[in-house]
Amino acid sequence: MLATAEQARAWEAAAAVPDPEVPCVNVAELGILRWVRLEDGVAVAGVTPTYSGCPATLAIEMSIEAALREAGFDARIERVLSPAWTTDWITEEGREKLREYGIAPPEQAAGSVRALFGEVSVTCPKCGSTDTEKLSEFGSTACKAHYRCCACAEPFDYFKCI
Amino acid sequence: MAIYQALLELADDHLVLGHRISEWCGHAPMLEEDLAMPNMALDLIGTSRTLYEHAGELEGKGQSEDDLAYLRGERDYRNCLLVERPNEDFAHTMLRQLYFAAFMYPYWIAAEKSSDEVVRGVAGKAQKEMAYHIRHAGEWVIRLGDGTDESATRMREAVDALSIYVDELFDSSPAAQEAEAAGVLPKRADLRAEWDKTIAQVFDEALLTLPAVPFAQRGGREGLHDEGLGHLLAEMQSVYRAHPGARW
Repeated sequence: MLATAEQARAWEAAAAVPDPEVPCVNVAELGILRWVRLEDGVAVAGVTPTYSGCPATLAIEMSIEAALREAGFDARIERVLSPAWTTDWITEEGREKLREYGIAPPEQAAGSVRALFGEVSVTCPKCGSTDTEKLSEFGSTACKAHYRCCACAEPFDYFKCI
Repeated sequence: MAIYQALLELADDHLVLGHRISEWCGHAPMLEEDLAMPNMALDLIGTSRTLYEHAGELEGKGQSEDDLAYLRGERDYRNCLLVERPNEDFAHTMLRQLYFAAFMYPYWIAAEKSSDEVVRGVAGKAQKEMAYHIRHAGEWVIRLGDGTDESATRMREAVDALSIYVDELFDSSPAAQEAEAAGVLPKRADLRAEWDKTIAQVFDEALLTLPAVPFAQRGGREGLHDEGLGHLLAEMQSVYRAHPGARW
């Protein structure tokens, strides 16, 4: 019972860490914090990178370790590559926060090469119009593409469906 | 250490191509592409890092990813020749990217059945990134191939220049053959039909045809490279070689 409560406390501490590039969501809402376990008194957090070359991965891991230490745990990070992170792991709450922040959350189940030449319809996070156009496959960070709303003329980031 | 060597070949492909396209950073013709190039480079370099780290662990001699990336000379690099070809113009750059991604996409899908857990982990993520690269590079090949007289000419020149490097993608070195037999890596030769299909789909829209290749250029897997790789490595490795053991 005590161990379970401690584990829950460790999860809370780790989960509160915001994503450094998308600070409106935390690592649990983004789905990259997979689990936190207590192993011989050490809090071990499993973290899955969003992209192979995500430059924020190391910073995120260090922040989670620091948050666990702050909460009084000895801490260690385990990088979990398998299964690979997908945008499907972003929680409902996370999606809502992204939208409020001005980033369109991923629209569809993470696809494969259906993506090949396939266009998705993306909803503008500002005005809700689906009359939007892609400006660039690659946006301000590796995980986002850049779009523009044709209705309200606002440019916005779109979380890539991967 | 066949598996170490085979993983190194794979990692070298990704690092060298990643470094090549990163050379467009600050030089691309428009802001969107100036973002796209480093983004794609990050995917490739990120993949190479995991592979180097894993290769170093399997070798068991304490070589880190930095040691493997920064302290080997061009004769020790085992990347295929396609990935070291110079950027030239957007036609060359995007065709090279399309050729590579059209190979790696089915490769990583097949690698999901690998007996090696790290390879499986890399495969899950990298196949999605390669699908993205196929789409992005494919759209450019179509735009340029079916574009102006100038862009179409350049696209055809790129096809002529790069097609002799395609066959090497499907060759397996003796080390790779061992890794394939052990179920660690997919058989390269099996991926030809899928590659042909992807390229045909793009070339059809781009008004391009794949030329017959009278002579396929090979040698990268034996460490025989164009002098351009030496220049690339000199730039990439200079800081680490000036400050051995530096960490960042």
